[in-house]
Amino acid sequence: MDRKFKVWRGNKKSGEFISYSVAVEQGMVVLDAVHRIQAEHASDLAVRWNCKAGKCGSCSVEINGKPKLACMTRLNDYREDEEITIQPIKAFPIIKDLVADVSWNYEQNKRIQPLKIRARDKDGNHRMFQRDVERIQEFRKCIECFLCQDVCHVLRDHNKKDKFIGPRFMIRLASLEMHPLDEADRIPAIKEEFGSGMCNITRCCTDVCPEHIQITDNGIIPLKERVVDKYYDPVMWLYRKIFKRN
Amino acid sequence: MDFSDIQTVEHDVLVVGAGGAGIRAAVECAQNGLNTGMISKSLLGKAHTVMAEGGVAAAMGNVDSRDNWKIHFRDTMRGGKFLNQWRLAELHAKQAPERVRELEEWGAVFDRTENGLINQRNFGGHRYPRLAHVGDRTGLEILRTLQDFCIHKGIHTHMECTGLDLVLDNGRVAGLVGYWRETGRFILFKAKAVIFATGGGGKAWRITSNSWEYSGDGLGMAYRAGAELIDMEFTQFHPTGMVWPPSVRGILVTEGVRGDGGILKNSDGKRFMFDYIPKIFASETADTVEEANLWLSGDRDARRPPELLTRDVVARAIKAEVEAGRGSPNGGVFLDIASQQSAEFIKRKLPSMYHQFKELAVIDITEDPMEVGPTLHYFMGGIRVDSNSQETNIPGLFACGECAGGMHGANRLGGNSLSDLLVFGKLAGDGVTNYINNLSNKPQVNNLKIKEIITSAIDILNRDEGINPFVLHEKLQETMQKHVGIVRTGDELQLGLEKLEKIKEDVGRVYAHASPQYNPGWNEALDLKNLLVTAEAVTKAAFLREESRGAHTRLDFEGESEEGMKYNVVIRNTSSGMVAEKRHREEPPKELSDIAFATLSELEGESSGS
Repeated sequence: MDRKFKVWRGNKKSGEFISYSVAVEQGMVVLDAVHRIQAEHASDLAVRWNCKAGKCGSCSVEINGKPKLACMTRLNDYREDEEITIQPIKAFPIIKDLVADVSWNYEQNKRIQPLKIRARDKDGNHRMFQRDVERIQEFRKCIECFLCQDVCHVLRDHNKKDKFIGPRFMIRLASLEMHPLDEADRIPAIKEEFGSGMCNITRCCTDVCPEHIQITDNGIIPLKERVVDKYYDPVMWLYRKIFKRN
Repeated sequence: MDFSDIQTVEHDVLVVGAGGAGIRAAVECAQNGLNTGMISKSLLGKAHTVMAEGGVAAAMGNVDSRDNWKIHFRDTMRGGKFLNQWRLAELHAKQAPERVRELEEWGAVFDRTENGLINQRNFGGHRYPRLAHVGDRTGLEILRTLQDFCIHKGIHTHMECTGLDLVLDNGRVAGLVGYWRETGRFILFKAKAVIFATGGGGKAWRITSNSWEYSGDGLGMAYRAGAELIDMEFTQFHPTGMVWPPSVRGILVTEGVRGDGGILKNSDGKRFMFDYIPKIFASETADTVEEANLWLSGDRDARRPPELLTRDVVARAIKAEVEAGRGSPNGGVFLDIASQQSAEFIKRKLPSMYHQFKELAVIDITEDPMEVGPTLHYFMGGIRVDSNSQETNIPGLFACGECAGGMHGANRLGGNSLSDLLVFGKLAGDGVTNYINNLSNKPQVNNLKIKEIITSAIDILNRDEGINPFVLHEKLQETMQKHVGIVRTGDELQLGLEKLEKIKEDVGRVYAHASPQYNPGWNEALDLKNLLVTAEAVTKAAFLREESRGAHTRLDFEGESEEGMKYNVVIRNTSSGMVAEKRHREEPPKELSDIAFATLSELEGESSGS
């Protein structure tokens, strides 16, 4: 059976949608179709991919307007006669065809204070309990596909990349702040530098996460609460005022 | 083109590859004060290390205190059928625990025991629960930890930059020419030393768990520069890859499924692995379902289920069942954990397997069995290195991780690759530091060689017509799949070599669209050159080894031969082409052979670590 695809082709200056038709088989995913287009019609069609199993987060694109991993999106999720549209993620500049320049994200990670772990126990081990680590293991499932960054209104529609670090790095921050053995305090930076107040909890990031991480409820909201506790709790405010503590 | 204005960057050391081994090596170099560059074909954090699922093997003894480095070493040697380089296996077993603890220090969050220590799980070939893990996404945890750590170490990371070839100065390393994927522009790295951490070459096969990056770049570049390859005949077919749907055929199903109780069944519903227990493991393997179940329920005196025999044994058993007509509908066998563990347990211990089958095959593994079959997974062989420094026979060229050979011998145990890349990544960094500190004068790059490398890459773009690189790659994959598979014969291998010769000629005629910017056709064409070196080396080495040992099975030479233990096959680049030859193995140090051949009770209960 042949299927039709509309693929965005171009570079940062200009581009257009081009239609292709290729044979598809049972069980194929969108990335398979892109590869077939590459092999049969357009050997220079640029696409990022690696593991093809939803584990590396390279093949993020927008399929019929929805941010998705091309390797985990099955063709039979769409009607047989439907032309499937594939385009690069929108929140970041285009390099070529389906490939976007996501380097901004790598710069953000460098701004985050790394783990400051307390000293080991006398026998050379660290001790943590499963129930305590499970909370951050959820965040550490992140495969850095940046689909949450792509769909975040602050980054995508308002382009306030200078004000908000984005959901991906809010959960990176959460994974550090909630690490049972971490001794650093990132709350001031989360408020002032990373813009926790910019998120208005529409949960779009959570909806697109291919790892099903509860980004908003388990990551961002608890961080916002910690910021509130520190800066806006009237008792704490009074305490700081009296004892001049920050 | 004017070659004098090519972009030039200078580092003390250039690390090629940013998977676990590459980043660990780069961290070591940077911490030792070297100006360190690192290039990676993909974005940082996407390397194939993320696909490692089950865990990292280290004899910490957190779950069973009888474990210690000597038993890990013994398991590794036995798994490798005694062809491993003894000293590499020793260093690995001794240093793995400290490398794992160090990762925890850097932020890795492993699953815990009830006492709050790093939890360890059972795996094929490992006597005790030894694999530190995070569910079934351990590779991701390790790679992300290294990534987040390395960005604060002053390493110059060049992403989406691919190596083309080494530049030598009088036989020692002077640098490397590469190109940027985004622009297609060339770049010259001047460096006193280069570390290859480029992984294997699984993409030469059709059914593989490897991604496009696995094109044997380090093997090809090292070989062309004159480095020797070793043990190339030993390619590991992981017993359990997905077999359906066709487009995901080969994608890995972690051994952790079996470690956590999964069993293999044929179409008659029979648990067939009991029929395939080799003599060498018979005394340590359960021979009844009852005993296997006791082991799973935690009985320390019960022996291990046969599903946890080494990967070569399980892969051949599955192939035999399928060929005997007892396979599953899509040409595999059934891997069943649903009948062995609760849905809640499966989702907690194997979340990405649950996810992977649900999304790609529409199968709920908590209710139904998976269909699985062998998939090309790992290269035991690779660039030959000195056991103490990780240096190759080319001064200034080092190798670590999967692209280096010798540590795993004829077969690698699951979990030993993540520990391998940590241990030898660090040691390669130390080896380089030592090399550079003793360098009397700075190597100079040779402009003629640079020109030759660039011209050969540009030629592909300048052809008006030629062969489609994607189609040629498929041809190579069919050839290797058919003639250099799990079981081999001399005739098949010969046939394979003849076909490879033809593909080699065709590689000189591939063409890609004229623009080099982010051009997958061109990238593929460049990768093919290295894939072919890899494929030829595997085939020639496999032809020379006339016995069956570990992952290398010859139908025309059944069983291990006495002579087979006395040599390793070494591949060399000579004026008359690629040559495979037998290299005599030196006698092992007595203290190590005593350990390898000791009984378990002689080794149990000694303190863990080094």
